[in-house]
Amino acid sequence: MWTKEVIWMIVEGIRDTLYMTLVSTLFGYLLGLPMGITLAVTDKNGIKPNAVVYKILDVIANIVRSIPFLILLILIIPFTRFLVGKSYGSTATIVPLTIAAAPFIARMVESSLNEVDKGVIEAAQSMGAGTFTIIWKVLLVEARTSILVGATIATGTILGYSAMAGTVGGGGLGDIAIRYGYYRYQTDIMIVTVILLVVLVQIFQTVGMKLSSRLDKRKV
Amino acid sequence: MAGIIEVRNLKKVYTTKDAEVEALQDINLSIQAGDIYGIIGMSGAGKSTLVRCLNFLERPTEGTVEIEGKDLSTLTDKELRRQRSRIAMIFQHFNLLMQKNVVDNICFPLVISGMKKKEARKKAEELLEIVGMTEKAKAYPSQLSGGQKQRVAIARALAVNPKILLCDEATSALDPQTTQSILALLKDINKRYGITIVIITHEMAVVREICSHVAIIGNGHLVEQGRVVDIFSHPKTKEAKELIVKGKGEAGRTLESHQKELMKGKSCIRIVFSVNSSFEPVIANMVLKFGQPVNILKADTKNVEGIARGEMILGLPEEKEVQENMKAYLVERGLAVEEVDGYVD
Repeated sequence: MWTKEVIWMIVEGIRDTLYMTLVSTLFGYLLGLPMGITLAVTDKNGIKPNAVVYKILDVIANIVRSIPFLILLILIIPFTRFLVGKSYGSTATIVPLTIAAAPFIARMVESSLNEVDKGVIEAAQSMGAGTFTIIWKVLLVEARTSILVGATIATGTILGYSAMAGTVGGGGLGDIAIRYGYYRYQTDIMIVTVILLVVLVQIFQTVGMKLSSRLDKRKV
Repeated sequence: MAGIIEVRNLKKVYTTKDAEVEALQDINLSIQAGDIYGIIGMSGAGKSTLVRCLNFLERPTEGTVEIEGKDLSTLTDKELRRQRSRIAMIFQHFNLLMQKNVVDNICFPLVISGMKKKEARKKAEELLEIVGMTEKAKAYPSQLSGGQKQRVAIARALAVNPKILLCDEATSALDPQTTQSILALLKDINKRYGITIVIITHEMAVVREICSHVAIIGNGHLVEQGRVVDIFSHPKTKEAKELIVKGKGEAGRTLESHQKELMKGKSCIRIVFSVNSSFEPVIANMVLKFGQPVNILKADTKNVEGIARGEMILGLPEEKEVQENMKAYLVERGLAVEEVDGYVD
């Protein structure tokens, strides 16, 4: 049962899962961070209110977030094929993962930035700081702990999504769990992969929280 | 003479969903360079809005604000930001960057203005010395007390060599002693650098302590303005009288420095009257008995757990023997007597 091949397959599964999760999180932030910043800044209580821009991003974020991930994955197969050249495997899964994660990340970033003390922003404005200075030197700095906590949550969620992508040949641990555990009734392999997924989430969570608490200077 | 700050016919209206709220109306102010100008009013009177109109954090609905002869409404965004760096501001809740240490907080306005990091640090260290916080340079705001945070905020405000310092309830979150020390610091800064200071407050004691001029805001209108001494001795309006009377409760604070002067080198005691002892004219009898005058430095009633208690501070005659006898006399009559020196309320 636990042949060299199976063990090797699981090791590759871990690698693929990490690859999908981390790369998708990275791309997710490349899209989601600017989107979240724009949402927070153009909010009617933001530093540069703009109802039109806010509404557009708000609607986009809501639409993408309300589509179930599996449906989104299938829905954008043409787009994925256009970008990656194929619609299965871990690299292809990164495309829907990123698209699903970006609005979610944007909302997290938005709420982190909204938590920043309005008085500190006002102080920066009174010093003559412009919008970009306030974003870079006040909002992102003051909210960094909260943003990092958000990133930890986002990584966990994306890892969960990546496992879901296994059902349609996405690769990684989720793929193995479905193929062996579900289709071939090899419960032991399924259990092992699930445990591995739990351990991965656990590691991300611990590292993320440690890092954010170390960066937080608000505690005495 | 045109002042460094000229406010003309200023009006500020907030439009909410179902109503227009007039926060300020018909405000005319002229603040001369080098003044310490108090703007006082009950909470909700519009004073915080007014101070934010002085650097256009709030744009007035009507009227003009001229700073150093420049009408702020005619400036472009960029010019306005540059002008703002000449008008520093400190706040009730300090508004320091919580994730940055003291030095970096002070460097912040310098970095905004484009100064090199190294130069900014040097300047920050000088400023820390001025506000007496050198040993806290590496501390984070969460490790500081309120008074220390306000000192850092003042250093940060001074970093860009402002001409004007706006203080929005800067001492309202501080205890009386810390308030004193912050006010002393502001006074010193005003003297040393000639910075014009505008102080927004609801505490008359603050105005009395350091302001040369005062404007009283009530209900969005400027009801009275002038020299602090004049308004104190002849308040004309209801609002002015109210604030002065209300300020009496905090009087101990402003009298304090004067009292300390009187008490220097003298033997002073603090006596507290209980209910019984107020029937007898204790002090008068004591003076008659010993044939020596005592100096009443302060007399006050305080509400302690719902019971009014009289409190007095007496300066005693110089002879040690008389002092001892007097104390014994007072104790005999059931008064609480304690020696005080350097009395602090």
